Amino acid sequence: MQIDLRTVSIKPLRHTFDNIARRIGADKPASRYQEGTLDMQQTANFHYRPTWDPDHLIYDTARTAIKMADWYAFKDPRQFYYGAYTLARAKQQDTAEANFDFVENRGLAATLPDEVRDTVLQMLIPLRHVAWGSNMNNAGICAYGYGTAFTQPCIYQSMDQLGIAQYITRVGLLLGDVDVLDSAKKAWMEDDAWQGLRRYVEDCMVIKDPVELFVAQNVALDGLLYPLVYETIIDDVLSSKGGTPVAMLTQFMTDWYTEVKKWIDATMKTAAAESDENKAILGKWVVAWRDRAAAALLPVGRIALGERTDELTAEVVQQFNARMAKAGVPV
Amino acid sequence: MDMQVAKKKLGLKERYAVMTRGLDWTPSYQKMEDIYPYIAYEGIKIHDWDKWEDPFRLTMDAYWKYQAEKERKLYAIIDAFAQNNGHLNVTDARYLNTVKLFISGISPLEYVAHRGFAHAGRQFPGPGPRVACLMQSLDEIRHAQTQVHAISNYNKYYNGMHDFHHAHDRVWFLSVPKSFFDDAITAGPFEFMVSIGFSFEYVLTNLLFVPFVSGAAYNGDMGTMTFGFSAQSDEARHMTLGLEVIKFILQQDPANVPIVQRWIDKWTWRGYRVLTLVAMMMDYMLPKRTMSWKEAWEVYFEENGGALFKDLARYGIKMPDCAAQIALEKDHLSHQAWSTFYNYAAAANFHTWMPDEDEMAWLSSKYPESYDKYYRPRMEYWREEAAKGNRFYNKTLPMLCQTCQIPMIFTEPGDPTKLCYREVDYKGDKYHFCSDHCKKIFEDEPEKYVQAWLPVHQIYQGNCFPEGTDPTVEGFDPLAAVLKYYNLEFGRDNLDFEVSEDRKNFAEWRGQATKNV
Repeated sequence: MQIDLRTVSIKPLRHTFDNIARRIGADKPASRYQEGTLDMQQTANFHYRPTWDPDHLIYDTARTAIKMADWYAFKDPRQFYYGAYTLARAKQQDTAEANFDFVENRGLAATLPDEVRDTVLQMLIPLRHVAWGSNMNNAGICAYGYGTAFTQPCIYQSMDQLGIAQYITRVGLLLGDVDVLDSAKKAWMEDDAWQGLRRYVEDCMVIKDPVELFVAQNVALDGLLYPLVYETIIDDVLSSKGGTPVAMLTQFMTDWYTEVKKWIDATMKTAAAESDENKAILGKWVVAWRDRAAAALLPVGRIALGERTDELTAEVVQQFNARMAKAGVPV
Repeated sequence: MDMQVAKKKLGLKERYAVMTRGLDWTPSYQKMEDIYPYIAYEGIKIHDWDKWEDPFRLTMDAYWKYQAEKERKLYAIIDAFAQNNGHLNVTDARYLNTVKLFISGISPLEYVAHRGFAHAGRQFPGPGPRVACLMQSLDEIRHAQTQVHAISNYNKYYNGMHDFHHAHDRVWFLSVPKSFFDDAITAGPFEFMVSIGFSFEYVLTNLLFVPFVSGAAYNGDMGTMTFGFSAQSDEARHMTLGLEVIKFILQQDPANVPIVQRWIDKWTWRGYRVLTLVAMMMDYMLPKRTMSWKEAWEVYFEENGGALFKDLARYGIKMPDCAAQIALEKDHLSHQAWSTFYNYAAAANFHTWMPDEDEMAWLSSKYPESYDKYYRPRMEYWREEAAKGNRFYNKTLPMLCQTCQIPMIFTEPGDPTKLCYREVDYKGDKYHFCSDHCKKIFEDEPEKYVQAWLPVHQIYQGNCFPEGTDPTVEGFDPLAAVLKYYNLEFGRDNLDFEVSEDRKNFAEWRGQATKNV
C-alpha cells in the first residue's frame, strides 16, 4: 500500500550543470559525487605561473609521466565527496571509540601477555611516523596532481593517515606512557630495524611526480605494510597469542585499508588501461618501489614474526602481485 | 605481569602535541631543502617552528565526528529545500542573480583555496602549521562542494549558472576573482598564507562571505543561508589560523616585518578590488538589503580592522596605506560598479536592472554625499531610455587594469568626475592601471603581472571565439562569437532582468505554487 503525498511540481529547465551533462552524456539528474567532483579544478586561462615552479602551470598534466586523455576517467568507487567521506569516517570513528572504551574500561591492556605488549610497543608504535609521512605525501599528491577525480581522494587519504597516526599514538598511551612514544621515536631514528623504512619514507618526500608518489606511497608501501602488519601480524599472529585487544584497537586500520584498496586499485586500473606506455611506466614504478618496500619491511616484520618473517612477507608480496595483475599492471 | 605505575595525565595541550608534533622527525636520508624546496626563496626567516602556537586543537577523530554531524543537518535541509521548491520563497527573482554571481565567482575560489592549503601544508616544515593548513584544505573542498550542491537546485530552474566552471575560466569579469586567487596560489607559501589565510579569511571575510550569507538570510534563500551557517565554525577556525600565522611570522625575525607589511598592503588592496562585486551586490542586487556597502566597510574594516591593526602595531605592522583611498571611494564604489555591469549586461551571465523609486530613495539616504549628485541623474536617464525602448547596452570593450583586471571605471580619489588612469612602460610595452595601488603592485613584481590573461586583450587577439571562427567574414558578430566561447545563451543568460526568462518563470511558478489557477 502506498500513500500519495502531493507536492507542487514544476518542470525544471535542466537537470544538472552543462559540464556534468557533457560528461555523463545527457542532461539527467547527477549524483552529488559527480557534481562535487567533475571539472572542479580550473583548466584554462591561468593568469600567472607559480613563482615556486615556473616551468609549470598552476595545475599541469606535465608534472607526471603518466598521460591521460581525460583525467576525469578516474572514478572513486566509494563516490567520496566531503559529506560522504566524513559520514563514513565518523561511523568508523564511533566503532573505534567503542573499542578503545571496551579495552580501557575492562583493563584489557593489562591482560596482554608481555611478549605481545612488547611486540606492539616495538613494532606498531613507530608506525605512527610512517603514517605521518603518508599524511605529507598525500598532501603533495593532492597539491600537485591533476584533476579533482585524482586529487580529491588524496586529501581524504592524507587526513586518514593523520587519523591513523593519532590512533597509533593512543594505543601507545593506552599500553604505556609518553615515554613509550619517545622510545618508539628513538627506534625510528636510530635502530637498524627501522632505517630501511625511514629511508623509504624520506625518499618518497622528494618524489616530484605525483603519480609516482601515489605508487610509492599508496600502492607499494601501504600495499605491503597494511596486510603484513594489521592482517598478518596483529589479526592473526598476535591474536593467537592473546593479543585480541590489540586487534580491537587497530580495527580502524584494518577496515580502512579494505576500503581504500578499492579506490587505489581502481585508480591503477584506469591509468594502466589508458595506454601501453602508462602500463609500462606503472609496472616499472610498482616493481621498483615494491622491492624496496618489501626489503624495508623485513626487519620490521621480524620483530613480531621471527623466523617466519621471510615466508609470511613472501605471501604478502604474492597477494600484492596478484592484486596488481588484476588491475592490469605488469609485475 | 608488572604492576602498572599510575600514568601521567596529559593536559589538552600536551595531548595535542603528541598527536601532531610528536609525529614529526628531522630527516637524515634526504636534505631539508630537498623535502621543503619552496620555503626559503621569499626571504622569510623562521628560526624555530616549535614556537608555533596551535590556534585550535582538533584531532581527526573529533574532526570527523563534528563535521559529519554538520553535514547530516546541512544535507537534510538542502534536500527539504529542493523538495519544497524553496527557490520560490526568495524575496523576488532579481535575488537569483546574487546566487549566479556567487557560484560562478566565489565557489571556484573555494576549490583553489583547497589546493592552495594542501600546497602550503605540504611545504611548511613545522608540523603545527602543516596540520592546521591541511585541515583547512579539507574544509575548503567542503565549502566548494556544499555550495555546488546547494545551488544545484537553483540551476535546474534558472539561467546563468549552467556552466559555471567553464564561465569562471573565461567570462571577462570573472577574471577579477580568478586572477586574485591565481595570484595567491602562485606566490610562495608564506605569501599565500598572508594573502588568503590572513588578508582574505581574517581581514576581509566579514565583507565577502558574510554579506552573501546575510543577504541570503534576508532574502529567503534557505539553501545558501544554510551552507553559510554550516561553514561558520570552519571559518572561525580559519580566521584564528590566519591570525596565528601572521603573528608567528612576525615574531620569528624582525627582517620579516617589511616583507609582511608589503604583502598586507598588496592583499588588502587586491582583496578590496574583488569586493567591488560584493559592494554592488549589497547596494543593488539584494531586493531586501542587509546594510549598505559603505556601512559594512565602516563597521568591518574601519572599526574592526582598525582595532586589529592597532593590535598588530606592537609587531611593527601598520594599517595599509590604501585604506585612505578606500575611504574616499566608499561613497562611489558600488554605483560605479553597477553602472558598468548595467552597460555590459549583454556579455555577463546575470541580469542587471535600474533600481526602482524606493530603492533610489534608499541609496540617497545611505549615500547622501554622492548618490543624488553623481549617480541618480545617470540612472534616471537610463531608466527613462529603457522605458522608451532604448535600453542601453554598451557594445565596445573597456580597457582593463593590468593588476586587478577591473575595467578602468574608477574615479580619481577625491574627484568623482574624473576617471583615474595610471600607466607604466615596461620592456617596450605600456601597461594600464586603475589606481596608484594597482600600479605599485605591478611595479613590485612586473614579471608576474605582465603574464595576466586580460579578457579584453584576449578577445581583441581573437582568442575568445569558438575554434574555427573566422572573424574576417562579412557580418561577423564578435559578441555572438564571444558568448559562444563563454557558453552563454543570448537572451536567456544575459540582458536586462525585465526581459528575462527568470522573471517570467518565477512569476508563473510562484503563481502556480500559491494560487488555484
